[in-house]
Amino acid sequence: MDVAVSILLTIATAATPLLIASIGELVVERSGVLNLGVEGMMIMGAVGGFGAAYLTGSPWVGLLAAIILGALFSLVFAVMTLTLATNQVATGLSLTLLGLGLSGMIGTSLVGLPGARLPNLYIPGLSDIPVLGRLFFSQDPIFYLSIALVFGVSWFLFRTRTGLTLRSIGDSHSSAHALGIPVLRYRYLAVMFGGACAGLAGGHLSLVYTPQWVENMTAGRGWIALALVVFASWRPLRVLAGAYIFGAVWIGQLHAQAFGIPVPSQFLSALPYVATIVVLVIISRNKRLTLMNTPAALGQPFVPDR
Amino acid sequence: MRLELVKRPERSKLFSALSPLIAFGLTIIAGAILFSLLGINPLTALGTYFIEPITQVWQLHELAIKAAPLILIAVGLAVCYRSNVWNIGAEGQFIMGAVAGSVLPVLFPETIGWWVLPLMLVMGMAGGAAYAAIPAFLKARFNTNEILTSLMLVYVAQLVLDWLVRGAWRDPQGYNFPQTVQFNPSAVLPELFPMSGRANAGFLFAVIAAVLVWFMISKTLKGFEVRVLGQSPRAGRFAGFRINRMIYFAFLLSGALAGLAGISEVAGAIGQLQPTISPGYGFTAIIVAFLGRLNPLGIVAAGLVLALTYLGGEAVQSALGVSDKVARVFQGLLLFFVLGCDTLINYRIRLVGSASAAPDVPAVVTTAPTVEAAR
Repeated sequence: MDVAVSILLTIATAATPLLIASIGELVVERSGVLNLGVEGMMIMGAVGGFGAAYLTGSPWVGLLAAIILGALFSLVFAVMTLTLATNQVATGLSLTLLGLGLSGMIGTSLVGLPGARLPNLYIPGLSDIPVLGRLFFSQDPIFYLSIALVFGVSWFLFRTRTGLTLRSIGDSHSSAHALGIPVLRYRYLAVMFGGACAGLAGGHLSLVYTPQWVENMTAGRGWIALALVVFASWRPLRVLAGAYIFGAVWIGQLHAQAFGIPVPSQFLSALPYVATIVVLVIISRNKRLTLMNTPAALGQPFVPDR
Repeated sequence: MRLELVKRPERSKLFSALSPLIAFGLTIIAGAILFSLLGINPLTALGTYFIEPITQVWQLHELAIKAAPLILIAVGLAVCYRSNVWNIGAEGQFIMGAVAGSVLPVLFPETIGWWVLPLMLVMGMAGGAAYAAIPAFLKARFNTNEILTSLMLVYVAQLVLDWLVRGAWRDPQGYNFPQTVQFNPSAVLPELFPMSGRANAGFLFAVIAAVLVWFMISKTLKGFEVRVLGQSPRAGRFAGFRINRMIYFAFLLSGALAGLAGISEVAGAIGQLQPTISPGYGFTAIIVAFLGRLNPLGIVAAGLVLALTYLGGEAVQSALGVSDKVARVFQGLLLFFVLGCDTLINYRIRLVGSASAAPDVPAVVTTAPTVEAAR
């Protein structure tokens, strides 16, 4: 039983950064913007969070720094794609390339330093419940935040007027503009929310998952987060399910390597990436369904006319 | 104050030519700021970065060695991006090309003959193309997003290479180092001018590929098809061009070129397989493609510029103790500025004072003709 609980706990830890980054990107894509820079914003959050935590000695400051850095970094993307109407795919790619470079440069002096892990929060009373208490009420603070984000975003998108407006912009920016909705303002805020989430996800990696700085420590998680949004057909609760499935795959291959299963470790390490491809194929096979779920204006630049 | 875009009546030829230069200038300025922040005299640093690495003949050879894979890959990517096919997994196709091309010199190291090298190159191209065929097939058959699949395959390719050089393909006499045997002389690319430096035939391949693809894009029906399907898939369909065939064409061509770059790198500058055979050429080539305006001839120039950023990174690391990651920062900045400056080709940028709502009215009147003309 104890083994099962600890495995489930590690799955939650592996799933949390994926979940947060995808929830952020989901909001961005719902507003009609495709930001392929998740990996770059995430790694900036990771290096910024670790650096700030190391300098101040407080992982909480690190957490805040990760969020702010992610949001600021996404602002670069927003200015480019929204104000200057550049190609979103290419700009997102360059955000990732720049993030990987910048973080590597900033991080050279941080390699090998001891990190500070965010302490777990034990919810009084509830954390004493056998099994469930350890699973749900004795986790790191970002875990609670990630769950709150899922339900918060779900409520925002489908139960509030602003959420409805945001979705309408994602489906047709011209109609929204004609109705007098400030399309670009909504999109700016959505992109920065996505950036803050990606930064937070990166912060989780360097403050909770493995409290240290390793170059390229995101290891493609930002891209998997992008795939998860497609997998979830742009629905928050499905992102939750998807992130935990991928967390399980990620942890599963690590355990398999530790057990010494007679398969080359490289093949096991490749599993999450292969699984991403397989899942994408399955989900996008139905062309009409994909078309129906995808925000119709996704990736199209918008220049407001008068 | 905010920026506002006003559509130009037609594409600006002036900015079309100027924008890469402006972007490069902005990158230099940003670099000067970056170096000042690091507490280094920006002039010294920029001199070390951009000028010192190309002052001697042997250094130009090094530049050609770095530029060759960038140009080869970027030329293929230009065809992809022009036809609206988003292959961003060239790094993986590069690795698989290197692996496929190395089968002969690694498994049959005794084989000698004039035909060894050509066969390796063909196998390298086949390997890259085959690997690129996976995302192409998934896109054409199952409508799967090619950006994500081609990128995921990069990680897989890196792991496959790692597995080979640490396992079955490891040099038995290599003191357990994760590397294959050194290729024998008939499996190594000839150097172009052995007297003055080590640049090899790879650069020649790059230039030839650029010229051929340029001819294909600008002078043939296939090139027309690439351009039409890229700009308007609907118009392309009416013209009888098939999108799925274009997906295969773009992926296979760019995969083959990336594979050729991979085997040329391994059979040229490196001489054996090892866990890391590319400092991110496949990703940097994306920048090369855009800096070269997706035009194969422009890409040759852009490839040389980006090759310089690699050499400059090594130079500032050894001379000033700055991390060579600075190269990646420069590359990322350059792409940003290129994309930003490209906006100037299609739009004029106006500053609008948002505080002055009332005086805005005459401004509307004065710009109205431009807007009308744009339609």
